[in-house]
Amino acid sequence: MDLETLIESVLNALTAGITIGCIYGLMCIGLGLIFGIMKVVNFAQGELLMLGMFASFYLVTGGGVLAFLGPYIGPFVGAILAGPIVFVFGALLHKFLISRVSGLRTAGSIDDGHFGQLIITLGISLILQNGGMIVFGTIPVTVRTPLSSSAFLVGPIYGDATIFLNKAKLVACAVAIITALALYFVLEFTRVGKALRAAADNPTAATYMGIDVDKYYRMAFGLGSGITAIAGGLMATYLSFGSFIGFDYVIIMYSGVVLGGIGSIMGAFWGGMTVGMVQQMSALVLPPQLQNAAIFIVFLLIVMLRPQGLFGRSAERA
Amino acid sequence: MRIGTAEKLRRDLTILLGLVVIYLGVAWFVPNSYYQLILTLVPIWAAFGVSWNILSGYGGQLSFGQASFFGIGGYSMTLALVYWNLTPWLGIPLGVIMGAVAAVIIGIPTFRLRGHYFALSMLAYPLAILYFMQYFGFQEVSLPMHREAPAAYLEFSDPRYYTIVAVGLLAVSVIACILVENSRFGLALLALRQNELAAEAAGIDTKAWKMRALIVSGMIAAGAGGLYACVQLVVTPDAVFGMLVSAQPVVMTLFGGVASVWGPVIGAAFLVPLSKLLDAYAGDYLRGIQGVVYGAAVIAIILAAPDGLFWTLRDRFFKPKAPAPLPAPHPAARALAVAAPSGVPLMKVAGLSKSFGGLRAVSDVSFTIAEGEILGIIGPNGAGKTTLFNVLNGVLPADGGTATLAGASMLGKKVHQVCRMGVGRTFQVVRGFPRLPLIDNVIVGAYGAGLSDHEAAEAAIRALHRTGLAAQAGVPAGQLTNKQLRLMELARALAGRPRLLLLDETLAGLGREECDDVLNVLDRLRQEGMTIGIIEHTMHAMMQIADRFVVLDHGAVLASGRPREVVEDRSVIEAYLGKKWLAKQDA
Repeated sequence: MDLETLIESVLNALTAGITIGCIYGLMCIGLGLIFGIMKVVNFAQGELLMLGMFASFYLVTGGGVLAFLGPYIGPFVGAILAGPIVFVFGALLHKFLISRVSGLRTAGSIDDGHFGQLIITLGISLILQNGGMIVFGTIPVTVRTPLSSSAFLVGPIYGDATIFLNKAKLVACAVAIITALALYFVLEFTRVGKALRAAADNPTAATYMGIDVDKYYRMAFGLGSGITAIAGGLMATYLSFGSFIGFDYVIIMYSGVVLGGIGSIMGAFWGGMTVGMVQQMSALVLPPQLQNAAIFIVFLLIVMLRPQGLFGRSAERA
Repeated sequence: MRIGTAEKLRRDLTILLGLVVIYLGVAWFVPNSYYQLILTLVPIWAAFGVSWNILSGYGGQLSFGQASFFGIGGYSMTLALVYWNLTPWLGIPLGVIMGAVAAVIIGIPTFRLRGHYFALSMLAYPLAILYFMQYFGFQEVSLPMHREAPAAYLEFSDPRYYTIVAVGLLAVSVIACILVENSRFGLALLALRQNELAAEAAGIDTKAWKMRALIVSGMIAAGAGGLYACVQLVVTPDAVFGMLVSAQPVVMTLFGGVASVWGPVIGAAFLVPLSKLLDAYAGDYLRGIQGVVYGAAVIAIILAAPDGLFWTLRDRFFKPKAPAPLPAPHPAARALAVAAPSGVPLMKVAGLSKSFGGLRAVSDVSFTIAEGEILGIIGPNGAGKTTLFNVLNGVLPADGGTATLAGASMLGKKVHQVCRMGVGRTFQVVRGFPRLPLIDNVIVGAYGAGLSDHEAAEAAIRALHRTGLAAQAGVPAGQLTNKQLRLMELARALAGRPRLLLLDETLAGLGREECDDVLNVLDRLRQEGMTIGIIEHTMHAMMQIADRFVVLDHGAVLASGRPREVVEDRSVIEAYLGKKWLAKQDA
């Protein structure tokens, strides 16, 4: 391979890594809220992503209410609207199922309710995957936009080396960053955000401060669901998906959250970004079968070297 | 085996024998080969569940990646058969050995992690292996047929024989689990699940026990995986390394009952037939409905029985028997009365320092504790008292200085090693094992000191008598009062036959009378010759009990000496009550 081609493939892998990484980052923030902050083990997070994809799909394609927006704007508005839809779904899920095995009910119990959460969310995941197959059918679909087949060209930079920026991914990346920033400001600077963080940090103390912990847990769970769903809606513009797609991404999400450091929202974003980068960059050197293995190996290496994650802190008092 | 478990052991083994006989008896009369396959798979998945239960149920080391071992067992057996023509009768044991090796290789780096980080890292291993298997071209490996000698290659045309082998595997796994449960192994696992630091401070080498649990667990899982591949006649990476495979033992054990021998067995007996029958029948009417029903069933049961079927049923239908009264302690061991403090220093601390970033929590601290004396370590909040203890017993590394116990250095050692040197420790916040009965909480300390089963039981009983807790021996620690918990920690430390006790605010949160009770116990211990270093805020209590004081302020020694002298020291009064108060007194 000559230098020109090498530079071109490295630069393209890098930009693809960044754009996909931003979307992964958003996806991980959703789990970061639920798992990192609220400490609820949720194995159905991949199915929330899947619901986001289908929500966007039904809003935008065929006779969907957003079909009038056309194929350029529609898919992205659909992705954003998937957020509130899945938010409501997540909040209901929490109200009727998750709250029975989490929050104040299990605070201070020996396993903090993790065993119960594990099994309930695995059950939810099974129901959504298989129920999704019944409702949505077995044929993979995608949210079509002409943007996904056109690209901005940057360069030529060195010789003929040019960067191709897929327009759909670029817009998706922008939406992901804006959503992540908006969430950051809500959590950091609003009353609701403070209450959420307080409830997560110490539910018992938060109750004494007059915070309705159950309500904020429900909100956090809904928010985590909605954020991941928006990422799902964005991904729907460039990949084809069926009801079992969540399976492939739930592990990526956990990797991202752990890499970023459990408990850190921005950490989850960078963790997701790391996973996206590793995935795209490893395509340069590894055969396709090993690209996914690379994610797990990098994950293990980082966790071994920095057990508290890239952005986490660890402290224990005797 | 632990003392007093013989009856339980006999009962569990009898139940196992009965179950095996009944199961095989029923299975023998099932002609349908699909039902027979289900009957074969139940014990295989149950054995896999047992493997998870030992590591994660008893030991609390939540693992989402048991499929690593399951798959290694399956692939070892299969590849040995394909390439070396090795019979599965040997291939499965080979897989079991590989499982143990994999456990060591995975355990060494991964046990550096805790909690969620550990659980999720475990998940990464089988998935990484899965992709490597695909890359190496082992997408689908069929087991070659050996028509000339099928039985020698674990190939049966009559599926009932597979069921017999599977039940045999499960019986071995269950016996292994029963042995673990009723030995110090199981107690160490339960203790470290409930409170790792307390287990460590009681002298238990938590890392070593975790590793042993992972090895046993990996071996059982590999055995199950090997037999599974035999029964299926083909292995694929997804079928043995996939995420759903890792989920199986978790779901079955949680469903049946965590940390109970029978939990995984109950779980598999319900869930395997349920999912297989749903696959076979419901799936024909509407594809996907079987997953929905299965998921809903799992959710419904766990909401109705949050601790798993076994525990919920047991709590409802079987009242635990009242524990037998404690035997009196051995009379000979009781007479330990030693004369007043000999003045020979037991522990010497010199120039000890510890900083957190810019904060010098312990700064150049020097003092000694003489054999047989009670040294009170006092000082305002944030003076560095607890940090001092944490450095002394190995929870935190020291930055500088020395600390010796009878001439041997205490620094640079792990918590359990310091404990084994003869340093007992209690904590400011009681760190007990809430689900274990009081006596077991105390026995943990005796095991930590390396005593034999017999000695440990005796040491624990003696410690309970010395602390006046003999009447509560069978009560779970979670139901004890605050005072009893404080005494329990003391008893646990005593059971390890320490030479020196480090007590961190043993009196915190106690009322006046409770306080006096504990002080009486301490006084008795002194009369028996025990050496004690105690952190305490309550001045009046310290004046009663301590022979000497060391006063810490801002990490440094402010004063030391006889109680009277120290409380009249101006700098001490200033540290405690402030300059203003002192000025007022002078005026």
